[in-house]
Amino acid sequence: MSETTIGGIAGRMPKFIRRADPAVVTAFACIALLLFLGSLYSRSFLSPEYLLQQLKVASFLGVIATGMMLVILLGQIDLSVPWSVAAGAMMACAAAAYGPAGVALAIPFGIFCGVLIGVVNGVGVAYLRIPSMIITLATNAVAQGLMVVYTGGFSPQDSATGAMRYLATGFAIPGVPNSVIIWALIGAAMVFVLTRTSFGRAVYGIGNRERAAYLSGIDTRRVVMIAFAVSGGLSAFGGVLLAGYASKAAQSMGDAYLLPSIAAVVLGGTSILGGRGSYLGTVAGVILITLLQSILSVMQMPEAGRQIIYGVVIVAMLLLYGRAPASR
Amino acid sequence: MKDWRYWLAEQRGTLLALGIFIAMFAIYTSNHPAGFTANVVQTAANKGVLLAFVAMAQTLVVITAGIDLSVGMIFLLTNCLASWLVVGTPIQTTLGVIAVLAVGLLCGAINGAIVIYGRLQPIVATIATGAVYYGIGLLLRPFPGGSVNETLADALTGRVFDVVPASLVALLAIVLVIWVPFSRSVLGRAAYAAGSSETAAYMSGVPIRRGKFAAYALAGLLAAIGGLFLTFFTYTGDAAYASGNAYTLFSIAAVVLGGVSLFGGKGSAIGAIFGALAFRTIGDLLFVFDFDPLWQPLFQGVILLVAVSLGAFALFRVRNRLEWFL
Repeated sequence: MSETTIGGIAGRMPKFIRRADPAVVTAFACIALLLFLGSLYSRSFLSPEYLLQQLKVASFLGVIATGMMLVILLGQIDLSVPWSVAAGAMMACAAAAYGPAGVALAIPFGIFCGVLIGVVNGVGVAYLRIPSMIITLATNAVAQGLMVVYTGGFSPQDSATGAMRYLATGFAIPGVPNSVIIWALIGAAMVFVLTRTSFGRAVYGIGNRERAAYLSGIDTRRVVMIAFAVSGGLSAFGGVLLAGYASKAAQSMGDAYLLPSIAAVVLGGTSILGGRGSYLGTVAGVILITLLQSILSVMQMPEAGRQIIYGVVIVAMLLLYGRAPASR
Repeated sequence: MKDWRYWLAEQRGTLLALGIFIAMFAIYTSNHPAGFTANVVQTAANKGVLLAFVAMAQTLVVITAGIDLSVGMIFLLTNCLASWLVVGTPIQTTLGVIAVLAVGLLCGAINGAIVIYGRLQPIVATIATGAVYYGIGLLLRPFPGGSVNETLADALTGRVFDVVPASLVALLAIVLVIWVPFSRSVLGRAAYAAGSSETAAYMSGVPIRRGKFAAYALAGLLAAIGGLFLTFFTYTGDAAYASGNAYTLFSIAAVVLGGVSLFGGKGSAIGAIFGALAFRTIGDLLFVFDFDPLWQPLFQGVILLVAVSLGAFALFRVRNRLEWFL
């Protein structure tokens, strides 16, 4: 997408390098750097078990960031992630209390609740033209209120079902955690949608200039609404997986995913203004964030230090390649 | 148009917020078991003033067509800092207050520098700096604690002449010292102009960068004043993540209720103050009507959702469909 920006030397390089986004390359370089620094700290950083474990932890963020990326590609943002995640997890666990049918429908019901939050966001952004940042903050607050009322009145079932645990921690293929397979499937579907379908082209088009997309006959409002619904659903699915991983749902479980999911997408080179970005970059961003978290926790950095380093790293990397053009 | 009608049109949002606040406060006090007494007003004022300061901070940034999602975290950070510094002899206390305000100003200035000179999107930049400020606050106060100069705290949270809540007087003083001079200065007008149309403002030679920078920096200062008052009310510092997030969120709700346009260039901090007081009063209505406090987060969320949806009425005025996509 940025062939024109890399001239000279890059022209002689193989095609796949020439076509690579500098941001994606930087992100992968940072991953390599983190692994190198980590291996200096402890030998076990490069062991397959550790890397696989990291990939498993990354897959939860990966699923959530996939939805976030779709919304950011439109030039919007979804700040309702924290309570979409929590609502998905809590509702899935709650559904399991209603007999065998509830257990069977637990996961779809959790995702459905996330989609519902996403649809409210989508209607607000697409049809009511409310800035996405504001309406998603508002739906986040409403979802939080609903969950507080729900858990406060009586104590609902909050332990994950067997299926949820299997999805998050099981091994369908020996050696590869199920959650990684799920992330790979969702990622592949996302790549297909973004690059091979008219919906995907419409997403990029709207992100570049919604007016132009509308004039060329795209029902931009429907596309925006679907994107928000998908984002809400994926957040909730991430919550379902997390509940399976921790084997229970908790109220504040989504709080730790808002900043990382935005950061992963943006660090992966997707423009926060929309219209530019590749899924490969998001994958790089997710792995980068997860490794950073892991290294900080291995170094026994307290929560405060982690937050500071997080914020500083994100601002620094954005200043490196996420700046708006200086033109006026 | 006559002068007063022009003024009325300009102040419509502020007056509407004032109307909502008076109506809600009337319902609140008339149903309150104690009625309209100095005590009830003082408690309500002390709660409302905190949000009012943070909402004023948010207004300054929103006027420039930006948003500051770190105001709640600056509020927390300065609360934690004040619980260390604002103690001891009068001189130490004064120095402590100055230091706390300076830190707030610095936080705001960092936001401004990153957004304006670093050319990053305000949303992402302030979420990230918010994480940093929260982290520093948590370093200062891993557990709730600390203390504050109680003489000063009681003076600022008590009543003047036994009638008027001191916190409201302080709020008025801050408005007169910070907001009024700013909104009438060249920088303040530049902030409005930048929010209204950055290109046009640039072409007219308005110092938009300095104006926006001043708005972000003063926002940090106002959030710090809010943090200082939080310390005066609670006598402790507490880095509670949920509380910081809630203040950021409520500040946006207050700004919207106060008639400040989220697209920039329209509204005033006075409106946001009434928006904040109205929002707090609406939230407290639940208590006088004996609802379970459990419902409060949901109730506040719904108010926020309704408040932001009201902006959609502007769609009815749109003649050309292309104006949807601004």
